[in-house]
Amino acid sequence: MPELRTETLTVNMGPQHPSTHGVLRLVLELDGETVLSVLPTIGYLHTGIEKTAERKKWQQVVPLVERMDYLSAHSNSLAYALAVEKLLGLEMPERVSWIRVLLAELQRLNSHLVWLGTHVMDLGATTVMLYTFNERELLLDVNELIAGFRMFPSYVRVGGLREDLPAGFHDAVRHILDRLPGRIDVCEDLLTKNEIFLRRTRGVGALSRADALAWGLVGPIARASGVPYDVRKAFPYCGYETFDFDVPIGAAGDVFDRYAVRVQEMRQSVRLCRQALERIAPRGEYAARDVRVVPPPKDMVYTEMEALIQHFLIHSQGFTVPAGEAYVPVEGPRGEHGCHVVSDGGNRPSRVKMRSPSLLACQAIGKLAVGGLIADIVAVIGSVDVIMGDVDR
Amino acid sequence: MAPEWDIPILTTTVDKMVQWARRSSIWPVTLGLACCAIEMMSMAASRYDIARFGAEVFRASPRQADLMIVAGRLSRKMAPAVRRIYDQMPEPKWVISMGACASCGGVFDNYAIVQGCDQVVPVDVFVPGCPPRPEALLYAIVALQRKIDRQRAFAYPAARP
Repeated sequence: MPELRTETLTVNMGPQHPSTHGVLRLVLELDGETVLSVLPTIGYLHTGIEKTAERKKWQQVVPLVERMDYLSAHSNSLAYALAVEKLLGLEMPERVSWIRVLLAELQRLNSHLVWLGTHVMDLGATTVMLYTFNERELLLDVNELIAGFRMFPSYVRVGGLREDLPAGFHDAVRHILDRLPGRIDVCEDLLTKNEIFLRRTRGVGALSRADALAWGLVGPIARASGVPYDVRKAFPYCGYETFDFDVPIGAAGDVFDRYAVRVQEMRQSVRLCRQALERIAPRGEYAARDVRVVPPPKDMVYTEMEALIQHFLIHSQGFTVPAGEAYVPVEGPRGEHGCHVVSDGGNRPSRVKMRSPSLLACQAIGKLAVGGLIADIVAVIGSVDVIMGDVDR
Repeated sequence: MAPEWDIPILTTTVDKMVQWARRSSIWPVTLGLACCAIEMMSMAASRYDIARFGAEVFRASPRQADLMIVAGRLSRKMAPAVRRIYDQMPEPKWVISMGACASCGGVFDNYAIVQGCDQVVPVDVFVPGCPPRPEALLYAIVALQRKIDRQRAFAYPAARP
């Protein structure tokens, strides 16, 4: 009997694949159904946003950075705005910080709802996706209310917010916060004790605590492996230290734990939103008191010459930022979104660099998937929640 | 007693019937590139429900699809792949360019982005917006259906002299 000759098979997964969440390409080496090696190939969505930002004025960069991680627009613009404000030395009124916290947490809910829907749809549970997208539409309605735009409101600006909150904002947000916990329960009922879901996720793609640290992972992936790192607790910004919330931690670090951590995070976000909403008065200050950056109010522009000149200056050549550099991290839905800005003292940034959590998560896919079955790769990709816009920028 | 001619019949041309069938069941290929892909998913999901227009069967394989929605910014590295996916789709096939980036490069007028996906594939409908609202994409699909209605299923060769 001659010995059966076997050889490994190299399979190309992506860049067009329904489960790679964008244009991620994985080169897989397979032995039967077992994955021997995974080589993530990135760059299919390289947009040159950081380079384009260098020829825009400081305020014009906000819409650009929002399109990096397109599921968490507020986190990007908040990191950028905080970094530039650090260079400018601006003091924010408390109300502005609280509105920013509220919007960031709503954005986290929004992003996690999309993640939950798409991740479990990849595992075969289509119903949940229809449920979560229904709830997400309500959150997008809030974006539309404040800025007239669904996905990229550009509401957070350098120096404060775009304008004051519209009438009906509190009612719209309260409606969502009252409704959402029940809807999360419905999704959990469909998944958390679902035998099929458990078998697809328990013990799949496990990541040890040491590995999570070694690979530089942040956000829900690291927390699912037991690393209690959350920028909101470690380096509070926007007054997060005054809010009462917990950071959910997992233990096993498998796909199921990452799911559980994110679902717990959604509940904590609802809690944070409730606290923030109570503190925010319907009307009040929405920008810093700084004439260098914030244009004067319209009635002054129409009546005073100096105000008119200042208005014209800010809107034509833009404000200048003192030379120097600043790095500010914020906790986005995927982990630490850091923005590093460098100024040469002009009206345009010299360099804008985003430290994206997805890039590091993307390189960990290889680590997580090797040794498993090819079908589990889909579960692993979904659970690390990479956004290719954030990876390639 | 019904008259003898009272039977359910419909007179039409084969051309019209084929085009009616084609436009009523457009199967798009899942080509989500960037932000617009999320709005494309919204359009397929519960509130907007593209199934009302018969185009909800998103196919992962281009060989089973007849519509390509280029949803998002098209980088120079991705462009050959998009062309290849287009070539793998069977005839007849149509292309919707979704969003400012796919249509003309949008705000990303730089070295990395193809300034309009019509440089790579022939586009039937352009949808403006960054990203376009799901309603805008629904309108594009309806516009495409009207376009298919006007097309002919069989191209007859011109009569030789």
